[in-house]
Amino acid sequence: MKKRPYDEQIHIDGRIWGAVAAVAICAFPLLVAILFRLKPDWGVVLKGLIGVAPIFWTVGLIEVFTYIPMLGAGSSYLAFVTGNITNLKAPCAINAMENAEVKAGSKEAEIISTIAVATSSIVTILIIALGVLMIVPLTPILENPTLTPAFDNILPALFGALGVVYISRNWKLAIAPVAVMLVLFIAVPGLSGAVGMLVPVGAIIAIAVARVLYKKGKL
Amino acid sequence: MEFSLNSPILFVIVGGILLLVLAQSVFFLIRAWQAGKEIGIAKSKLRKAVISSAVFTIAPAVSILMGVIVLSKKLGLALPWLRLSVIGALTYELTAAENAANAAGTSLSDSAAQVSGSQFLNITIVMTLGIIVGLILVPILCKKIQGGMDKMKKKDTKWGEILTNALFMGMISAFMGLIFTDIRSGLSGWIPVFIMLISAVCMALMGLLMKITKWQWLNDYALPICMLVGMASAIPVTNWIGG
Repeated sequence: MKKRPYDEQIHIDGRIWGAVAAVAICAFPLLVAILFRLKPDWGVVLKGLIGVAPIFWTVGLIEVFTYIPMLGAGSSYLAFVTGNITNLKAPCAINAMENAEVKAGSKEAEIISTIAVATSSIVTILIIALGVLMIVPLTPILENPTLTPAFDNILPALFGALGVVYISRNWKLAIAPVAVMLVLFIAVPGLSGAVGMLVPVGAIIAIAVARVLYKKGKL
Repeated sequence: MEFSLNSPILFVIVGGILLLVLAQSVFFLIRAWQAGKEIGIAKSKLRKAVISSAVFTIAPAVSILMGVIVLSKKLGLALPWLRLSVIGALTYELTAAENAANAAGTSLSDSAAQVSGSQFLNITIVMTLGIIVGLILVPILCKKIQGGMDKMKKKDTKWGEILTNALFMGMISAFMGLIFTDIRSGLSGWIPVFIMLISAVCMALMGLLMKITKWQWLNDYALPICMLVGMASAIPVTNWIGG
């Protein structure tokens, strides 16, 4: 049988694994109900969902359109199953593509990005599993107040280092979205809970600026 | 069977689901590795991508583990272990769990009150359905979106590359803005900004060091090293400023 090219095969694999993962993840509440003979209170479920679904379904939709072009197919199929996209998988993939010096959006970038997300997913699952096994001795260490500021500042530490690389290489693209985002977040601190929705806003600004500069031959 | 938040059967179910997702990750890793070899990417480059991604992941994964501990006080260990190992992120899971807990007549902060079986089931359903969108939409839309991107790249390769860089910039700019959120609340609100600057300076120094010493291997570890430097510096900076 003729072997399908990677670009085609990855969509078949991604759909099959995605469906299996979705069923498995949804099976958890179902199994809890069956094994413990429990019945859900749909009124309570609906009330809880009304509180989260409008925001998180919107963010989910936006993330699909933002991260697939950014990360490529293979890593997107995996990242949307393994989660922690904005705070871990996307920066990890961007860092790996940068280190490998592959052109953004190329086939090489797609492959390196998939390797990065897969590795990151494996390491995350293993570290958390190890942590769960050692939860008793680890809890007092991780909850030590001395360490709290370090873990509270993981995002500034990550985006400071990642930002300096990307902004220095793409400063013409960076100025406008960074300026708009600074003004937005400083003026409306409440937006911090909606950062997922602001990623595509930043991207649209960067794309608009890029298009103008590209048309003028300045990129 | 009598319900318990830490019933062994819950751990067996979670372990099974996680093994499945682990298998998926290994499958994609092998597929991408083979495809990389087929198109002529050097084995050393592929290996470097694996090692640097693994090293990069350690600190964020430990921070996710802290989220598991936080949620476990109310929800037991099995559910947070599942939700934070796959699909979710702490910001989402905390909000979803709190909303569901409130709807079920309890609160995450009230760790003294035991969650009943039916409350647990309701919370689990809300957390599952609340984040299902990405999981459903990616298999439906990925090929179409990727196809559109490929078409654009075929038409104009350079613009395709710029477009992807602009998307990266969108994400980085949003998170940089987020870091400045609290600066109007006083000096303690500047702590994340100082940490970001320390981490950025560290990265610039790494670049300089690589240029001077020609230590190319440092390239793979620069980001995790600077992240750890930034995180470690948060401890004295917070103590000095008094966050």
